[in-house]
Amino acid sequence: METFKLKIDDRQINAGGGDTVLQAALKAGIYIPNLCYDPRLAPYGGCRMCIVEIEGTRGFPAACTTRASDGMVVKTYGPQLDRLRLDTLELLLSDHPTDCLTCPGNQRCELQKVASFLGYNQRSLKPRKSDHPIDDSNPFFNLDRNYCVLCARCVRTCDEVTGINAIELINRGDESRVSTFAGSRLAESECRSCGECMVSCPVGAIHAKNSPVATEETATICPYCGVGCGIYLGTRQGKIVSVRGNEASPSNRGSLCVKGRFGINEFVHHSERLKSPRVKKEGGFESAEWEEALRIAGDKLSGYKPEEVAVIASAKATNEDNYVLQKFTRAVLGTNNIDHCARL
Amino acid sequence: MLGSGAMTNSIGDIALAGCYLLIGANTSETHPVIGFDIKQAVKSGSGLVIINPVKIPLVRYADLWLRNKPGTDVALLMGMARSILDEGLADLDFINERCEGFEEFKRALAEFDLKTVEGITGVGAKDISRAASMYARGNPSSILYAMGVTQHSHGTDNVMAIANLALMTGNFGKPGSGVNPLRGQNNVQGACDMGALPDVYTGYQKVCNPDARSKFETAWGVKLPDGPGLTVTEMFKKIDQGLIKALYIVGENPVLSDPDAGHVRQSLEKLELLVVQDIFMTETARLAHVVLPAVSFAEKEGTFTNTERRVQKVRKAVELEHGKALPDWKITGLIAQQMGADGFSYQSSEEIMTEIASLTPSYAGISYKRLEEEGLQWPCPSNEHPGTSILHVERFARGKGRFMPLEYRPAPEAPDSEYPLLLTTGRNIFHYHTGTMTRKSAGLNALSGQELVNISTGDAARLKIKDGDNVYVSSRRGKVAASARITDDVPEGLAFMTFHFAESAANILMSADNLDPIAKIPPLKMASVKIARI
Repeated sequence: METFKLKIDDRQINAGGGDTVLQAALKAGIYIPNLCYDPRLAPYGGCRMCIVEIEGTRGFPAACTTRASDGMVVKTYGPQLDRLRLDTLELLLSDHPTDCLTCPGNQRCELQKVASFLGYNQRSLKPRKSDHPIDDSNPFFNLDRNYCVLCARCVRTCDEVTGINAIELINRGDESRVSTFAGSRLAESECRSCGECMVSCPVGAIHAKNSPVATEETATICPYCGVGCGIYLGTRQGKIVSVRGNEASPSNRGSLCVKGRFGINEFVHHSERLKSPRVKKEGGFESAEWEEALRIAGDKLSGYKPEEVAVIASAKATNEDNYVLQKFTRAVLGTNNIDHCARL
Repeated sequence: MLGSGAMTNSIGDIALAGCYLLIGANTSETHPVIGFDIKQAVKSGSGLVIINPVKIPLVRYADLWLRNKPGTDVALLMGMARSILDEGLADLDFINERCEGFEEFKRALAEFDLKTVEGITGVGAKDISRAASMYARGNPSSILYAMGVTQHSHGTDNVMAIANLALMTGNFGKPGSGVNPLRGQNNVQGACDMGALPDVYTGYQKVCNPDARSKFETAWGVKLPDGPGLTVTEMFKKIDQGLIKALYIVGENPVLSDPDAGHVRQSLEKLELLVVQDIFMTETARLAHVVLPAVSFAEKEGTFTNTERRVQKVRKAVELEHGKALPDWKITGLIAQQMGADGFSYQSSEEIMTEIASLTPSYAGISYKRLEEEGLQWPCPSNEHPGTSILHVERFARGKGRFMPLEYRPAPEAPDSEYPLLLTTGRNIFHYHTGTMTRKSAGLNALSGQELVNISTGDAARLKIKDGDNVYVSSRRGKVAASARITDDVPEGLAFMTFHFAESAANILMSADNLDPIAKIPPLKMASVKIARI
């Protein structure tokens, strides 16, 4: 890859081919306020937060839509830039609730980060009250347009990542909003509930219905289809409370479907999970200790000739589970009668 | 004919295809994340040809949709091959250098002039030749398929017809090409790789091969049986005959997943001993004499191998709550020890992977240490080997790629006056397989809570069925109730159901006879049924 040097805020930065000014800055640890930027999406230049000054260029180009180039000299702050950003923020906040503590986006909100970075602490425009009804028709996440900043990350994700195109920005100016086709609720739309929009939303506008913050995360693999998506299981007090896609996984690069993102914790923690061995006796199943269950299974299996027994293995279990099972079948039961549902 | 049973290419490089041929797969629903990739590739200019009797959601993105009559894939694919040959689009250099059997294959194509193929498949000759041309000119082109290809009485023929197309256009061994079966379950690839099959040990080493057998005999310190064992469908036949008397099932639910499910249940009830090991009291576990509780993927260490042959680390995220369940490998090991066997006192799953690597050439370079960093795609023959993202680059696993001359064989169970409709089965995006896991989710049940049998408007009108009516779907094997969804996503004469819902278990209707003669796969994609309002 071609690399070159540019100067951002008087620092020499190395950048690679294809990097935008924003990407080069972020990689170098220089924060430029931004809202509509998502590394998975094409540059958009919608929120005007990442404006910069570039020597030899007129005006204030958006860093997210400007390619970095060799020898470029960029300034990310200054009296004029700061003033413009604050004005943009002021306009955004004139239409945005400030009940941060009770907002589902609290502490994860990129708007909070921008406001705090810019030192915004006093409203000068009178806030307007918006009262869009909340779309809570999806079982896993809500769409609350009152918090929306119209960055279009959800809409672009639904187009550029999933290709589902369930939502779109409609109307213009003051009337702009995120909408499904014909304005139906999410549950009645083309939405497949993958939640990719929710992941991209920088504020609390699309938020999980139930999302306590995990205290630990474990990298593992989704247990559903054969794609083998890398996931992080977020846990708290011994329970799975969140799932997110692993961006570093080459199989899914961070994407997930509805089952992987929302369909894991309930079965893992389900009250009907088998907790102890059971042995069928007259009148039905009874709980048993391992010792008893293993004795019955082992002793009885010992009593059959190899051609009288068979084993069905599992396409859900691990390689190690299946290896031991086929070894057991062949080496202990003495038969090759082992198969699984590869054909089903 | 190629020498390896797996996706030839990787998920990352299928996005580079100039043209996709998607057959017998409903990728946006069953492998949603790969569905995302296909849609993005199509938007940036790749061609998409879909062969499917059902109007799957991806049809909306396709350049060309060939809606052939169910069960006529071999004829359609041979027709495409014929067209590629006639139009001079075959890659003769590739064929000469890397393949064999082309002359015989050419002779077999004589039977498949496009008029004949049109008659068999119901697809117009023009569309067949356009599909052939798009595929041959894709440069590279990738074929993706799933169970809609394999779950037929002629499933192996279908797969061979697909491989013929890729061979004759040189679509092997380079990014964006290949023959790519999308495996349906998280570790179905791994279970096959591990030798959970009647004819092979790990890494597809044949049980009939004396050298392989003696290697495992030495490693395990026992005498091993020669000759292949029984497939699942054959096991059930032997149970009925009273020849198999004991069965040990781990993590599967054949009462819902297997064809002719009513019969499966009866067979299991005949067993003297049924041991079932699972995380839930499944429909199958209820029939057991002994039920052994296993932990779920989130409570154990191990590895899964995905559809692109990538071995990836599964890590324990939570402790088991108040239970005595154990990892499957540990339970099996305890039974082995109970039976007096040595060689099963593993202390960790890592120790097992070390043993796997020592006995399996394609996994020889795989270790937990390396997997900590990232997954590895087999074949990975040594510790220094980086893994293999694309198969058959220089040569095929068996040497030369072999063309297979094929004939069209009509499906054995054709509709008749009593059972006038064909039923095909599949999955929807919200549920997984028999629903043991997903149907525990209130949210997923809210999105998809009951079986909807898809019936065409024409059939519905004739049967006087309205959208939402409760109906019985019956075949020669049984009857299930479901709710009707009237839609022209299915053509007249064809109905569609999933197999996610225990209360509408579609597999009761399907046949366990007429297996594919080679793969022994039952024809789960086709059964003759009748549908009537309740």
